[in-house]
Amino acid sequence: MLILECPYCGVMADETDLHGDGEAHLKRFGPGSSDDDFEGYLFMRKNPKGVHFERWRHASGCGKFFHAARNTMTLEVYGTYSAQTLEPPKAIIDAVKAKHPEWEGYK
Amino acid sequence: MKRYSAFAIAREAARYHEGWERAWTSPAPKKKYDVVIVGAGGHGLSTAYYLGKNFGITNVAIIEKGWLGGGNTGRNTTIIRSNYLQDPSAAIYEKARSLYETMSQDLNYNVMFSPRGVMMLAQTQAEIRGYERTAHANALQGVKTEFISPAKVKELVPIINIDGPRYPVLGALWQERAGTARHDAVAWGYARACSAMGMDIIQKCEVTGVRQEGGNVKGVSTTKGEIDCDKMAIVVAGNSGSLAEMGGFRLPMESVALQALVSEPIKPCMDVVVMANTVHGYMSQSDKGEMVIGGGTDGFNNYTQRGSFHHVEETVRALVETFPIVSRLKMLRQWGGIVDVTGDRSPIISKTPLGNTFINAGWGTGGFKSIPGSGWAMAELVAKGEPGPLAAEFGMDRFTEGRFIDESVAAGVAH
Repeated sequence: MLILECPYCGVMADETDLHGDGEAHLKRFGPGSSDDDFEGYLFMRKNPKGVHFERWRHASGCGKFFHAARNTMTLEVYGTYSAQTLEPPKAIIDAVKAKHPEWEGYK
Repeated sequence: MKRYSAFAIAREAARYHEGWERAWTSPAPKKKYDVVIVGAGGHGLSTAYYLGKNFGITNVAIIEKGWLGGGNTGRNTTIIRSNYLQDPSAAIYEKARSLYETMSQDLNYNVMFSPRGVMMLAQTQAEIRGYERTAHANALQGVKTEFISPAKVKELVPIINIDGPRYPVLGALWQERAGTARHDAVAWGYARACSAMGMDIIQKCEVTGVRQEGGNVKGVSTTKGEIDCDKMAIVVAGNSGSLAEMGGFRLPMESVALQALVSEPIKPCMDVVVMANTVHGYMSQSDKGEMVIGGGTDGFNNYTQRGSFHHVEETVRALVETFPIVSRLKMLRQWGGIVDVTGDRSPIISKTPLGNTFINAGWGTGGFKSIPGSGWAMAELVAKGEPGPLAAEFGMDRFTEGRFIDESVAAGVAH
């Protein structure tokens, strides 16, 4: 069972308390953007085998959105962090690199 | 290829069964093929088969990183139905269902297609309206379904509890000619027929790169060396993302785990497939007597082929409520498959930004039932370079154009 620590309330929440919300750090495009930008924002998704950054919501807890770094091949969790970030913080990147030195880094 | 027949069994019985030949050959790859199909699951093999049968293209290699039919073709609940709401889905799934009817004769391989009927229970007022609408849509599409009463449900499935504590059965959408088939046999039957047409099925050969020249595909790099091709078809379900990355384009898809479980074998007690989408579980009885049970997908990206325990619990809880008889059954096996799900829950059969490269993916939770129809449509796309009527609506460009085939809303969750 997938267990993530909510970075706001510090609770170790299992997946029945959480709601997965897909890829993290999507770049949003507003009115006037090109069709390709809209398509990318709305539908194109990273689907890596391995390190993945996701948005989650502590649905049955504080109700807040947060981010998690996770491995889709092993279900290993590297850490969770605030939703108010545009890319993963250094501590999370370091945690991933510590386990997977060959990892190419966040793109 | 020696034909299988009653006479062949008698002949072999008289000589200690020494004359059976291998169902398909395992050749070393040639330098070049007209078409390279990546992925020897049901969809890849059926694409190859219809390329040969309908278009006479037999200089084809089917490359598989594991063994043929070892992915989701061997990990599903074998249900075949075509009672979809949207016209393009109903068309391709009904084509598939009708091809299943004659597949054993066509392939000379017993795929054990059993048109035992599929029933989707309506357990809320909203579901009644939804399924009545689907039944009307199916009448216009030429798919034979009907909305039946709770009494008819009970008559068809005596073990069902129609006055359940939470969700009584209020009716059902019934497709009489839907059913199940032997999933491995579908892959094996296609493989045998493809091999007999002279196609090369290359197993344990992983594609590591896609070579391009002037915007067109030139060939693939594999763990068994370089293979040139004029056209490439990517039919790799959950691994589509990595193949697309090699080809230099992106896909609107994510991979999630879908689980199933099977009970100990019991005496025959249910001769139809029952799906209960409100409480979220579905069940059929295999020819061996096991109850084959399926549930929902997990809500996050996953490649581990194992799903979350709480989904098993939800599914089992739903089924115990609907079928009190199963409450003391022991479960034999539980497994997960990785399904590739698109934004609108409908598949992609499409040209790609890379020239002479085609993709067939995103079947999500509806892959097994669509195998022959998907191969039929994909073969036409690969052979002609343009989609035929079955595949026309399933292009990748529908996401840019906002022209969705929205089965996620129409069909509910379980496929």
